Amino acid sequence: MRLAEAWRVALDALRANRMRSGLTMLGMVIGVGAVVILVALGTGTKNEVQAQVEGLGSNLLLVVPGQVSLNAAPAVSRLDQSDLDAIIRIAGDRDRVAVSLTSGENVRAGNEQVFTSLLGVLETTPKVFLRDVRSGAYLTRTDVETGRRVAVLGSSVARTLFGERDPVGQQVTIAGVRFRVIGVFAPLGQSLGVDRDNEVHIPLSTAQRLLATKRVDAFAVKAPDAQTIDRLGRDIVAELHRRHPDEEFSAVTQEQILGVLGDILGVLTAVLAAIAGISLLVGGVGVSNIMLVSVRERTREIGLRMALGARPRDIGLQFLLEAVLLTTIGGLLGIAFGVGASLATAALSPVPAALTWWSIALAFGVSCAVGIVFGVVPAQRAGRLDPVVALRTE
Amino acid sequence: MTSDAAIEAIDVARTYALDGVSVPALRGVSLSIGHGEHVALVGPSGSGKSTLMHLLGGLDQPTSGRLRIGGRDVAGLTAAEMAHLRNATIGFVFQSFHLLSRTSALDNVALPLVYRGMGARERRERAAQMLERVGLGHRIGHRPNQLSGGEQQRVAIARALVTEPVVLLADEPTGNLDQATGAAVLELLEQLNTAEGVAVVLVTHDREVAARARRQITMRDGRIVADTAVVDRTASAGAPDAARADHAGPAGGHGTPTDAGEDRR
Ligand SMILES: Nc1ncnc2c1ncn2[C@@H]1O[C@H](COP(=O)(O)OP(=O)(O)OP(=O)(O)O)[C@@H](O)[C@H]1O
Ligand SMILES: [Mg+2]
Repeated sequence: MRLAEAWRVALDALRANRMRSGLTMLGMVIGVGAVVILVALGTGTKNEVQAQVEGLGSNLLLVVPGQVSLNAAPAVSRLDQSDLDAIIRIAGDRDRVAVSLTSGENVRAGNEQVFTSLLGVLETTPKVFLRDVRSGAYLTRTDVETGRRVAVLGSSVARTLFGERDPVGQQVTIAGVRFRVIGVFAPLGQSLGVDRDNEVHIPLSTAQRLLATKRVDAFAVKAPDAQTIDRLGRDIVAELHRRHPDEEFSAVTQEQILGVLGDILGVLTAVLAAIAGISLLVGGVGVSNIMLVSVRERTREIGLRMALGARPRDIGLQFLLEAVLLTTIGGLLGIAFGVGASLATAALSPVPAALTWWSIALAFGVSCAVGIVFGVVPAQRAGRLDPVVALRTE
Repeated sequence: MTSDAAIEAIDVARTYALDGVSVPALRGVSLSIGHGEHVALVGPSGSGKSTLMHLLGGLDQPTSGRLRIGGRDVAGLTAAEMAHLRNATIGFVFQSFHLLSRTSALDNVALPLVYRGMGARERRERAAQMLERVGLGHRIGHRPNQLSGGEQQRVAIARALVTEPVVLLADEPTGNLDQATGAAVLELLEQLNTAEGVAVVLVTHDREVAARARRQITMRDGRIVADTAVVDRTASAGAPDAARADHAGPAGGHGTPTDAGEDRR
């Protein structure tokens, strides 16, 4: 029998049982659709995180106490002002070093109040990170050296406290102390459900006084170019270790952060895809089941075809193609459904979703494979029927 | 035995295994079907007629004995080789028609040609010719459920003959038809037998029908008990036993059809 003929016979058989074929396909539609959607969500999230980390600026080195790894808890910092001076010396330029002392605080203006991340920083922050000020100005060196009570607000803090009014020149109260607003950041947007515009920058010295600490939590150093970044990191870690012999420090680059985040998101995507894969498996078992029913129902037809000259492999092929048609048509519908849902998600919600060709090709390939794997047993059973027995079957 | 026989069986036995008990359905049958013969196979129910037909048609393998279909020994043939042999040499007509219900008369008739790898156009041409031949040229687009029983069996006959087989095997082809329709179907078979030269082997319980064949094989308990050439068909129609020349035992050769009293209506 010619292959084209076998396809036609298989398609006819599916058409004859539209309802049943449709329901069987539904399992595949859901499974494949779920794979496409979940991979799109995973990829979209990964892309977004990558864009954000890269958006911080180039050739960045983040220096933190403790180790940077998936399973280490953030260590409590024992770094202070003298460490900062040491790092500035190694970096060779104060403008290359940013620093932060972070604390969650309530910020109030009039009757409005918002809980934000309060960051004590140097005036160098916008020179190290890419951070635009929308109105007013950023902190100055004088603000930092004299410990002025001035603040730069994140855009959502500004909106919550002042609405459409310009906050520059207005007063806010942070942890019970009055500050004057001197600037507002340009918005950054959401990231993994976290509002990145919900933060307030004040001078480091002011923050240390406010929080009654000498502590500094983390440094960021901007290397002059990509070649020097690794050596700079080693030098800084060595110096910090010399100053605090019983503590560990890490200097990580953006690439390393991306690597760690990529690993986390990769595992997440794989877990989601595996869950979706289970529904594909269930779909495949459904196909197998229906094909076995189909073989039993059409035993007489099989006997007749054999009597007329069909070889076991002609019969087997007919049923195998029927299974493959079920899963690939289901798979194509599932891809259409998954692509549609991913595009709709990306367009209508803040959740990122990015379609990739490989995931669609993979989904289609898996659909074919499921048809072959789950169709082969029913097909063999059909091909092995004894024509005499099959012809006599009621 | 002549080696150019269409089908040749030598001491063929077929034993079924049923729940560990062996049921002998055929106990040593020898016969030869010549080209263009018209044979009626008769005998009481359970005597092994259908079992023998399955063997002659290459649907089943004998438990012992030798069987040659179209000059080819079936011993050791694979299922695929048997399928090819059936397609090339045998046409089947079944009591229950066995037409594909969702398929037009034309495509039902063309079905065996599919397994020859023949292209659709040629298949349909041949099938249409064959339907014309059995008097159903005006029914080619009809599905089985749009046809009468007699018409369905004629479609089945067209399907059996579209491959130009050497032998047409019909197991009770009129069993599901009324008297008049059955007679018309038999007449068609006889006509094709003479016109196309295809050998016809027919299982029947109807003595009148059997008497129309030029050779009659009687079975009992898995053995051939009589193999006779019908001398005069006109006379036999009224009194089946009157004009028979009994000249064969269970293991005997086939009765050569004599030209004596050859009288076609
Ligand atoms: N698949 C089988 N398994 C076991 N026994 C079988 C099988 N097929 C046939 N037989 C037995 O073999 C014997 C011959 O059966 P067969 O069908 O050939 O008879 P038959 O002459 O065609 O009868 P009928 O005129 O009723 O069609 C019977 O005793 C039957 O019970
Ligand atoms: Mg029978």
